[in-house]
Amino acid sequence: MARKILFQQAINEALDQEMARDSTVIVMGEDVVGGTGANGEMDAWGGVLGVTKGLYGKYGNRIMDTPISESAFVGAAIGAATCGLRPVCELMFIDFLGVCFDQIYNQAAKFRYMFGGKAKTPVVIRTMIGAGFRAAAQHSQCLYPIFTHIPGLKVVIPSTPYEAKGLLIQAIRDDDPVIFCEHKALYAMEGEVPEESYTIPFGEANIVREGSDVTIVAFARMVGFAQKAAAALAKEGISCEIIDPRTTSPLDEDTILESVENTGRLVIVDEASPRCGMAADIAALVAQKGFRSLQAPIEMVTPPHTPVPFSGVLEDLYIPSPARIEAAVRKVAEYA
Amino acid sequence: MMAQDRIVPITMPKWGLSMTEGKVVGWLVDEGRELKPGDPVMDIETEKIANTFEALDPGTLRRKIAAVDDVLPIGALLGVLAPASISEAALDAFVTEFQASYVPPVVEEGESGPAYQWADAGGTRLRYARTGDTGPAVVLIHGFGGDCDNWLFNQDALAAQAQVYMLDLPGHGQSTKAIGDGSVDALAQSVLAFMHALGVDAAHLVGHSLGGAVAIACALAAPSRVSSLSLLAPAGIGADINGDYLRGFISAGSRRDLKPLLQQLVANPDLVNRQMIDDTLKFKRLDGVDNALTTIAAALVDGNTQRISLREPLAGLQCPVQIVWGRADRIVPVAQADGLPAAIAVHVIDGAGHLPHLEAANVVNGLLTAFIGAHA
Repeated sequence: MARKILFQQAINEALDQEMARDSTVIVMGEDVVGGTGANGEMDAWGGVLGVTKGLYGKYGNRIMDTPISESAFVGAAIGAATCGLRPVCELMFIDFLGVCFDQIYNQAAKFRYMFGGKAKTPVVIRTMIGAGFRAAAQHSQCLYPIFTHIPGLKVVIPSTPYEAKGLLIQAIRDDDPVIFCEHKALYAMEGEVPEESYTIPFGEANIVREGSDVTIVAFARMVGFAQKAAAALAKEGISCEIIDPRTTSPLDEDTILESVENTGRLVIVDEASPRCGMAADIAALVAQKGFRSLQAPIEMVTPPHTPVPFSGVLEDLYIPSPARIEAAVRKVAEYA
Repeated sequence: MMAQDRIVPITMPKWGLSMTEGKVVGWLVDEGRELKPGDPVMDIETEKIANTFEALDPGTLRRKIAAVDDVLPIGALLGVLAPASISEAALDAFVTEFQASYVPPVVEEGESGPAYQWADAGGTRLRYARTGDTGPAVVLIHGFGGDCDNWLFNQDALAAQAQVYMLDLPGHGQSTKAIGDGSVDALAQSVLAFMHALGVDAAHLVGHSLGGAVAIACALAAPSRVSSLSLLAPAGIGADINGDYLRGFISAGSRRDLKPLLQQLVANPDLVNRQMIDDTLKFKRLDGVDNALTTIAAALVDGNTQRISLREPLAGLQCPVQIVWGRADRIVPVAQADGLPAAIAVHVIDGAGHLPHLEAANVVNGLLTAFIGAHA
């Protein structure tokens, strides 16, 4: 039996192993050390959720706390990447990335293209996504479709500890800017993770569960919800195949299309807002390239097109649930 | 109760140390069918692998209890064998009593799998697993790209009469990925150092494919430490080898690339399930694996020809040798088992490919236990 660790430990281990392997890897962000000039016990904090705990003691000045000025330190990380470092920059919540858009989508995403392939920007921006923490509209969004929209950025969304470690190491070694989205609700998830370093290639979907009746494509926390739904549906005789694309840019179109070729029915589960989200994007892909395979209309399970509510009751209703996934699968399975 | 004496339960088997439950993929026989030991009964999938479960007892299949897609713990009731003279009511009573008294084995937290351990074999860190308390030492050596989990269907049968050691060769599994020149001789030295580190003076070696060549090299380098050789589709005793498979295995980066390759290993391609592909991909993604496999393959083959020839030295060995091969082997041709000295027992298994210890586990286990028992 392989060793099991938590999702957040897998992130920590990826950072630790890459910092040990490559001295150009640095980590920067708000409170990633524990406080400016901290050492010893002050180091124990390691970010708001302790993900970078222990790195300061090992790597000293290669992990640095930044002022609460996202536009400044994200820009600094991108600049450092163009000059030969491999910064892993943590911007606590994806909701705050709005103030750094020029740095990210006009600068980092464009350098390789605009300098004729002669420049590279190997920066990783780690950021938290997702609702469910009673953190209201400005700390709960799943804004990865916005970054997926930008050519030149790679967008990664791990759903398990194994994915988290392998995708983060791949992100650090990648020469392009990567937006690395960590769902808050997954940090305490436990799973088997090799102790050695490894990489998971981008654009290679994971088939989480094989099935023959309905294809479910899901991201991040929704992968686990889809598994719950699929287990319940199996008892009713509905066999679901679950695909976790793992990266939205690049997107593994072939695995999705091949699966729909076999099942003829598709449900996409996306915690992002429905308009111009991944659900809409994948639905369009399959409608265009997999039309002849389809035996039922495509179902999308997403939140409503509203901000994430502060009311706990409403927030619970807002997040796609296993029950809603089950209902959507039944609907496409029964469609004749 | 007389009637129940003739009712025989079919229960979820335990394949390997880590198996706690299995999923019923499908029944291969209908109710009313007369079964004899070895007849295929159902396909079962574990978290590691899918395989066909064969009848252990003779009898008529009267009841299917487990349904397709059921996930059941080991020992759970799958079906019932009984002669036609047993009444339906008696069957009902048997099933009711079995289900009422059946207690799934408790899986202790943290003890749900085999205890992988690490040995320092002359400065090389090797992972291994060990099972079986008494009897002669047996060391199982996997093939190219494999690991110590490849013996899932064999380890328990051997452990009944031997102390079984399964290691990850250098460059494989979770052992060190530093492999030096990657030659068969170097790998053999690692196996001998592994035995030394564990205080195993001499052992029966069971080697599959590349591991077969390694086992022969061990016997040549240290004859006194090898009690017998059981070689499963071994490399090293003929010229031809499917080098395209080896190169494809190394370069395959995705499930899509890897699946058709792994299917070349077996006669029945359905045995290659998602988990087997995933586990192989997870191994291949580890840092250093690509280099290790490339180096080992370069030392082993040139195009579709083997670089090493251990055929003549093998014939000169003093220790007992047996060879087991699947007739449908698409990696190393079974014809290489022809023309060996009569002292070497050769067993060719119909319906098996390059992984006879997986595809014909019961047959291979019988051959291994009898051979090792005879030379213990």
